[in-house]
Amino acid sequence: MTTTMMSQTLSTPAPARNANHATANAKPKAKTIEIQGLNFYYGKTQSLKNVSLDIHDKQVTAFIGPSGCGKSTLLRTLNRMYDLYPGQRAEGSINYRGQNILEPGVDVNMLRAKVGMVFQKPTPFPMSIYDNIAFGVRLYENLSKGEMDERVEWALNKAALWTEVKDKLNKSGLSLSGGQQQRLCIARGVAVKPDVLLLDEPTSALDPISTSKIEELISELKGDYTIAIVTHNMQQAARCSDYTAYMYLGELVEFGETDQLFLNPARKETQDYITGRFG
Amino acid sequence: MAAVLNGGGAQPAVNLTKSNNAVYRRRLLGHKIGIALSVFAMAIGLGFLAWILATLLVDGFGALSGTLFTMDTPAPGSEGGLRNAIFGSLLMVGLSTLVSTPIGILAGMYLAEYGQNNKFAAVTRFVTDIMLSAPSIVIGLFVYALYVARVQHFSGYAGTIALSLIAIPVVVRTTDNMLHLVPNSLLEAAFALGAPRWKVALTVRLRAVKAGVVTGILLALARISGETAPLLFTALNNQFFTSDLNQPTANLPVVIYKFATSPDDNWQAIAWGGALLVTFSVLFLNILSRTAFRQKNPQ
Repeated sequence: MTTTMMSQTLSTPAPARNANHATANAKPKAKTIEIQGLNFYYGKTQSLKNVSLDIHDKQVTAFIGPSGCGKSTLLRTLNRMYDLYPGQRAEGSINYRGQNILEPGVDVNMLRAKVGMVFQKPTPFPMSIYDNIAFGVRLYENLSKGEMDERVEWALNKAALWTEVKDKLNKSGLSLSGGQQQRLCIARGVAVKPDVLLLDEPTSALDPISTSKIEELISELKGDYTIAIVTHNMQQAARCSDYTAYMYLGELVEFGETDQLFLNPARKETQDYITGRFG
Repeated sequence: MAAVLNGGGAQPAVNLTKSNNAVYRRRLLGHKIGIALSVFAMAIGLGFLAWILATLLVDGFGALSGTLFTMDTPAPGSEGGLRNAIFGSLLMVGLSTLVSTPIGILAGMYLAEYGQNNKFAAVTRFVTDIMLSAPSIVIGLFVYALYVARVQHFSGYAGTIALSLIAIPVVVRTTDNMLHLVPNSLLEAAFALGAPRWKVALTVRLRAVKAGVVTGILLALARISGETAPLLFTALNNQFFTSDLNQPTANLPVVIYKFATSPDDNWQAIAWGGALLVTFSVLFLNILSRTAFRQKNPQ
């Protein structure tokens, strides 16, 4: 975002809710995922109310908001993770590259191979570092030993972990530190060459140094992948995202370019939240 | 390597309904075969269960009448019911549950609390496991030798002891297993408030798995309500109604055993009725333990 644009938007009061500030000046960007009128239910409780927003290609989109606002729920609809739990259902449409992923015919395994996910707590599988990376790759590709070695090295390099683990690829993934484990999980997600990466509070269980490493990593990964991240940490959203969505009580309050949303929020609720006057 | 490096994403349109990836399609085929095999295996199990229940319903339903609950077991050729056997079974099974519940829970708590690096606890756990799989007729013989042979007569008390010996290990094992599911962080949080160990064990740890422990008790109850072999050597049978457990006591399993193998039609009908009663009360206990005490709201 340019400074001219910022001064411009500072002077013009932004209009209605859900306004997408990006449309005016910025060059049109390809949309990877278009969410339209999404409602989500845990049994009888509705936890997402008519959410519509676009996730742009090779950009980082952050979801912020207080606990229970539905930001993790929204993230988990994007790879239909909620399918694992009976009683949870989504209505509306989520168009991923022209295909509505909420439609019944969609093969969730194929979807999840394209839309990868990294969770709050590191989840290395109880196997060697090498096999942790190879696990997902073997599900869809039949690689020779040499090709697999290359892929593992490539993925670990992508996750900035290669130099730290290259001499102990046969050690258990659980033997790594928390921050390394989380980067291993990112490498595992990257290794299957997905299109989108969903990060659900990926640094909330990590120390500041590991956190900054992961944030650097996010900035580098967005060159190749579309990234959606849920975070409790507003500075983190401001630092590493291009678009930010502020959610509250299951509704999308405001969505726009990150600089815009943090410097000149359109709605008072957003301003109260990002300045800490919330509640 | 170059091809690998720029391989990150960026496919314009996706097809998420039908894959042409050979590895994935082979995996899907394996998935379908696996599902088919397990459905087949399940059908065998369920088929036999349905068969048993259907037979019981067809043959036992005719015997279900008011007299089944109001009259005692008859002499051959005359009319009768199962009142004495139902009452005797309820008495012995109820008393066994009262005896085995506190012993089982306390032993289970001991194992969970102090059973980590303790030889005595390790032996207890091992013996409990053996008891769990011991043939119930051996338990009956054991009580016969130790109690019945000494007092020189069969009795309801002997039956109660035998049933308790079967129920206790079930309760011990489930309590022990359930208590181990409580996360250490929860216990640490209680200890961090200065709570003594007994208080943490009773009011935090046991309470956290209350539902699971009750399930264990119900399953033990279900198990002993159908046991025949240990009662043959202990409570035996009684043609008359009695509430004195010091006498031989009638009970459903032994009456079923005796009546079903007789040539008398009326006895056989009563046996079917008793079998229906026992089976459905065990089924009911199992369903109850699976539904009523299930933790609500898994989230």
